[in-house]
This record gives sequence, C-alpha cells and structure tokens, in this order.
Amino acid sequence: MPTLLIILAAMFLLLQLAPGDTVDALIAQMGGGGDAKLAEELRRFYGLDLSIPAQLGNYVWRLIRFDLGFSAIYGKPVATVIFERLPATLALMTAALSFAFSVGLVLGVIAAKRVNGWPDTVISTLGLIFYATPSFWFGLMAIVLFSVHLQWLPAGGFEDVAAGLTGFARLRDITAHLVLPTLTLGLIFLAIYLRIMRASMLEVLTLDFVRTARAKGLDETRVMVRHVLRNAMLPMVTLIGLQAGTMLGGSVVVESVFSLPGLGRLAYEAVVQRDLNTLLGIVFISALLVIAVNFLVDLLYARLDPRIGNGGAS
Amino acid sequence: MSAVLSLQGLTVALPSGADRPEALRQVSLDLHAGEILCVVGESGSGKSMMASAIMRLLPGNVRISGGSILFEGKDLASANEATMRALRGARIAMVFQEPMTALNPLRSIGDQIAEMFRIHTSLSNAEIEARMLALLDEVRIPHPAEAARAFPHELSGGQRQRAMIAMALALDPVVLIADEPTTALDVTTQAQILALIRDLQQRKGTAVLFITHDFGVVAEIADRVAVMQHGLVVEQGPARDVLHQPQHDYTKALIAAVPPLKAPAPRAISSESILVLEGVQKTYRSGGFFGRRRRETHAVRDVTLSLPKGGTLGVVGESGSGKSTLARCITRLVQADGGSIRLDGVDLLQLSKREARQAARRVQMVFQDPYGSLNPRRRAGELVAQGPMIHGMSRDAAMAKARELFSLVGLDPAAIERFPHEFSGGQRQRIGLARALAMEPEVLVADEPVSALDVSVQAQVLKLLAELRVRLGLSIVFITHDLRVAAQVCDLVAVMKDGEVVEHGPIAQVFEAPRHAYTKALLASVPGRGFGA
Repeated sequence: MPTLLIILAAMFLLLQLAPGDTVDALIAQMGGGGDAKLAEELRRFYGLDLSIPAQLGNYVWRLIRFDLGFSAIYGKPVATVIFERLPATLALMTAALSFAFSVGLVLGVIAAKRVNGWPDTVISTLGLIFYATPSFWFGLMAIVLFSVHLQWLPAGGFEDVAAGLTGFARLRDITAHLVLPTLTLGLIFLAIYLRIMRASMLEVLTLDFVRTARAKGLDETRVMVRHVLRNAMLPMVTLIGLQAGTMLGGSVVVESVFSLPGLGRLAYEAVVQRDLNTLLGIVFISALLVIAVNFLVDLLYARLDPRIGNGGAS
Repeated sequence: MSAVLSLQGLTVALPSGADRPEALRQVSLDLHAGEILCVVGESGSGKSMMASAIMRLLPGNVRISGGSILFEGKDLASANEATMRALRGARIAMVFQEPMTALNPLRSIGDQIAEMFRIHTSLSNAEIEARMLALLDEVRIPHPAEAARAFPHELSGGQRQRAMIAMALALDPVVLIADEPTTALDVTTQAQILALIRDLQQRKGTAVLFITHDFGVVAEIADRVAVMQHGLVVEQGPARDVLHQPQHDYTKALIAAVPPLKAPAPRAISSESILVLEGVQKTYRSGGFFGRRRRETHAVRDVTLSLPKGGTLGVVGESGSGKSTLARCITRLVQADGGSIRLDGVDLLQLSKREARQAARRVQMVFQDPYGSLNPRRRAGELVAQGPMIHGMSRDAAMAKARELFSLVGLDPAAIERFPHEFSGGQRQRIGLARALAMEPEVLVADEPVSALDVSVQAQVLKLLAELRVRLGLSIVFITHDLRVAAQVCDLVAVMKDGEVVEHGPIAQVFEAPRHAYTKALLASVPGRGFGA
C-alpha cells in the first residue's frame, strides 16, 4: 500500500513538471486557437485550477473510493478505458512470459548439459544476439518476413474485428495475431532466462547432493529432472517477479509496433495527450499488477523451496 | 577370507597441469567381507579420489589409466555405465562428508531414501514406505515418521548423517564407502555415528571402506589400516600394528603429529590477569513484525573468566555452545549485551567508538578459515600492513614490518608480493597470524585456528603459536572444539555448553578429573581416547 501511494504521488508530481496539460491537448485537438476563456472554464470543469497539493489530495481521495476518475480525451471513465485495453496486455504478457520461461529453461538445460560443446556455443551466441537486438527492430523484421513476404501471420491488431468471428474461431484468430508480438517481446527475456538457467544449472551440478544422486545409481536424466532442475529453477522464479515491471515497459514498444490495443500503447497516448487521469490510472493498475505478480512469485517460491517460510533454518 | 573388493595396481591420471601426474599410483588394496578398512591420509593424498574411482564417479577430466577394480567377478575399471548404475547404491553405497550439502535441500528425507528403492527395486509404494521407516528406525533417528517428512534443513547434522547412512544401507550393499562421514560433526555426535556404523556393519556383515584423516577415528573403528601419501599406499596392515608399530617414516610422522589427549606438565603462569570477563551476556533475537515467531537465543550467558598474563585460556565446546560468539565479544566484533570485559582494568564495553578503535589493536583475532578470511584480491603483504597503516604507520614502515613478521611466522619475506591463493592452507594461517601480530596485540584471540589444517601442518602452527607466546609475551584465548589440541596448548580451560561455562580450571585438572557431567561426556567421546597417550 505505501509503495503504491509513493508511486502515484511521484508520478503525479512528475507529470506536473511536463509543460502543458489536458486542456492544452484538448484545445489543440479541437483545432487550436487562443480562447483563454474556454481554456479557463475547461480547467475549472476538470478541477485543474486548484493548487497541486489539492489536486493530488482530490485524486487520492477518489482513489480510496475506487474511482479512477474521468478521461477527458476519451470521454469515458478511466476504469472503462483501462479495462477495455487490459486483456490484450495481459494476454501478451502471459504468452511472452510463458514462452520465454519454458524455452529459456529448455535451452539453458541443453547448454549446461553440453557445456563448452557446440550446442552450448550456438545457444549462447543466439542468446547474446537476442539480448543485444532492440525489440522494435525484431518486431519490424518479423512483420516484413512473416506478414509481408510469407503472409503467414497478420501484421498487427488484436483480432480481425471485421470478420465477426466467435468462439473457437475467434480464439484462433487472436492467437494468430499474438504470435509475432509474443516472440518479439519474449526473445529478450528468453535470452536472460537462458543465461540464468545455464549458470545456475552449472552451479547446482557441482553441488554435493548431485554426487549423492549419482552414487545412488540414478541415470543422468533422472539426476537432472529429480535433483538438479528444481534447485536450478529457483533463481529463475525470482527473476520473473523482478521482470514483471520490465515486461510491462517492453510491451509499450511492442504494442506500438504491432498496433495492439493494450495498456502500453494507451499509456503512450495518454502521455502525449496529457491525459493525467488515464495515465495515473494506468500507473495504478500496472503497479497493482506488478505487486500481484510478485506476491504470486513469492508464494510459488515458498512452495518450491521448503527452507523458506516455515520458521527459517535450524 | 576372500576379498569382496580388490584394487590391483589402480592408477588414476590427473589432467596435465595438475600438481602431480597421477592422483593414485599403483594402488593395491583388498577389502574383505565384514571388516572396516580405514584409508588415512592428509588432504591431497588421493584417498577421496580412490572412493570416486571405485564408484566410477571421477570428475570429467580425471580418468583411470591402469590397473583393475575387481568386484563380484567384474572389473569396474572397464565396466560400462549401465553396469555401474546397477551397482551404485545397490551393491556399493556411499556416505559423504557434509551431511547438509549431500542431501537435496528441496526434497524430504523420506523421499530421498525411498528413491533408492524406486531406482533399484520394483516394490510397491506402500512397501517402500514401510522399508524406509524401518531404516530410519534402524539408524535410531528419533520419531522416524516425522523425520521422513522433514526436509534436510530441519534436522541436526547428526540426524542428517544418520539419514545418509540409512539411505546408503537401504539395499544391504556389499560394500559401504564412507568418505570422512564424521568430520563435519561434533565430537559427541561423531562418537554416536561411529558406534552406529560399527554396529550396523557387524550386524549386516558389510565391508566398510572408511576414509578419514583422523587417527583418533582410525583407532576407534578400524580393523585394518591403509596409509596414503601423494597417491601411494605407503603402509597397510592390521590396525593394531600400524598404529603402534608403524614401519613407514610417513606413518610415524603422522602419528607423532597427533596430539595426545593428556596435558603436559603445567607451566608456571602469572597470577596477574590481563583480561577479565565478568557476567558477559549476548542474546540474539530474531523474528520481526508484530512479535510473530520471535525467538531468542542466549548465545553467551553470564560468562565469568580470567586470562592470566602470558597464559593461554582454552575455550572448548561443541558447535552452538557460544564459544565463537564469546570470542567475537572479546574482540568487539559483536557487541555484548551485558557484563564487563576488562583489559588491564579498562572495561572495553564502556569505551566510546573512537576509544574502542584505539583499543582494538591490543586485542587481535585469528580466524578459522584460512581460505575465506584473507581478501583474495590483495597481496599478502598489504593484508598484513593494512592494520598498522590504519593506525597511522607510513606505508614503507608498514611493509617493512610485514616483511619482518613474515620471517617471524616462518614464511619467506619475499612472499609478501604474492596473493593469498598462492599459499597453502598452513601458510595462509601463518599470514593470518602475522596480520594479527602486526598490531602488536597483548591478547590474541584465536578462533579454531588449526581446525581446517592437516595434522602435520596443525602441529607446525601450534608449535609456532607456542614459540610466539613465549617470545612476544602474548596472552591467548584459544577457541577450539578439539580436546586433543586444547590439551596441548592451553594452561587453563573453560568448557562451554549452550552459552554457559559449565566447568573451568587448569587443563590437567579438568581433563583428568572432570566434575561436570558434560565435560565427562565430551572427554569420553574423543575418538581413540587411549591412542597417542
């Protein structure tokens, strides 16, 4: 809770430093003109004529009543605007995370098994390339290759609205739209997970209990699956929580490239249009999302590692 | 009696660039059914390599280059991996040194023991469960059903080692290889584990290959002994013969280095005290928010002791007895909660921070781990000169002093330019000693200074410490868990248990006529008590 409040207050004050406000943006949209009286009235209507602390106070007070305010630009309550956009972002994040985690895990294990052999070299080099390449470039290249040249997958959007699909067909349509964004967003994280997994596998493999497992007569596959994997996964799990925020940030770029109607793009538009209420709403929801993910990760970690959570070590 | 396991001219090659070309050279040994064969040697003698070679679990770049390992009519040196997997655990089982790290921290004890049956047998789950509980009962773990559900970190070191033994004996192996199984344990726990291994071995007729560096343990448990040095078996024979009439020079030297448990004739000690501890207390509190799960550990409780000028006060006890915390209180690395620690009449606990830093030079500490206690990125000389420089000495003078101290502790003065990893364990402990002495302290607090060292090196460091004590007029607080070492270096001894001093007095008196039950138990647990006396 205190974390949330600090984030909101900081965001609020930071936006006050940016030149111009919602009203400037609105007037610019209406075709400009220097009608000072109209601007004055609009400011009073949106409560922007108050002092900054009073505006902040008002905002927090409304937030306590779960009211995210009204978006001047979209002409709808902020909550409605955000919840329209949330599914796309959530779907993208979940898909990218699952993709990065599972493929990163598998590649990391393969690289660690064949350390310094050719699979390791190939995987590590690929990882470095993924990590070093900006995701928007990946996105654009993927569009050029898969959408323009091969015409396998749609170039952008969340679904084909015009087709009016329902049920399973709609799901398939959305999945097809999400493949490229997921790959684009996931690749960087895949590179990180793969490197962490490789390093932590190599470390766990030197531990004494692995030798014990071999001395028990386990074959290599079972040594890996039953003894090494779970221990090696612990740092990866920690990383998921830490990177939930980074992933939301990354989705801004990816959503813009693939014109996905998600939170990231909404945030970008809100900044450009000085739509303070929407932006604060997004910050609020994102912070909640990151906190929720971290909470889940902590729970998961405690499940995975019995040393955590039941009274500490002896 | 025929041998169940027979090594014939076994040679194991190390990768090029190692300090010697072969880890094992032409090793021939026979292990008979129902006997305990102890393989003794110092670190680097190749004794653990031998265990790995038999199990064919050698590190990737190390390989068997000659000889054979005959077991049940097969040569393990050339057996294929599938054959080895069927043998490992089932016919030849192994117990390792460090019971904490040798068990998977994420899986329950019962699960890990049951895994043995799941790999090698086709028993039903219910049967496995029953067998597993019977095993835990057999190794005398209290509350087997609860222990089976427990995770390794929830058991004590001794219980973990019992679980390891239960796991190793699950399938009634013909051969049990125990690689330093009691080295990481307290002396009373060690005595129990040794008794357990002996007892199980006799009941089941298992042949045990017992690897150790400790002659006390050898005297306690061995039927036959093989002594190893630099990858060679230099001497083998019945335990009685090897221990009491050693033939080879190396064996003789090793045995001579084992400190006898009996204290030498008392030295005259000054009646004047330099360090007086009165009612020293230290309590650790853990658990934070809203008092949930708050725990208090009384690490040091009301300790009153005095250290005579020029004397050595031994503090002995098992892990968790509070002896290291006491050492840290004296050097003010840990702030005591109550009582007084008076150095020459000045209470160290009442000093301001600034005064305390000044006083720090008068009480210096030598740490246990010669590997972890020296900063690996700095040169040995700098590490020694650092202290005097902080206290205002010029760099040149401090380095000159470091050079002087290096020769005092028996190191080459030119070695001050080298980094810690270029020294052996014993040499590093000498650097640690030089670092402490650089401050010209009056009191030296040595926390387990020789525990991590081989016996022969240990003897050298102890000898050096004794010389320095006389030469520099040092008074020493000597913390140790090893009663043999304590007997040799201390004038006075205090026995600690659960943060309290249960008995203290002149060493000969405490060791020969212990009054407290715990002291008696401790002395009775020393392996091979009669040996070396």
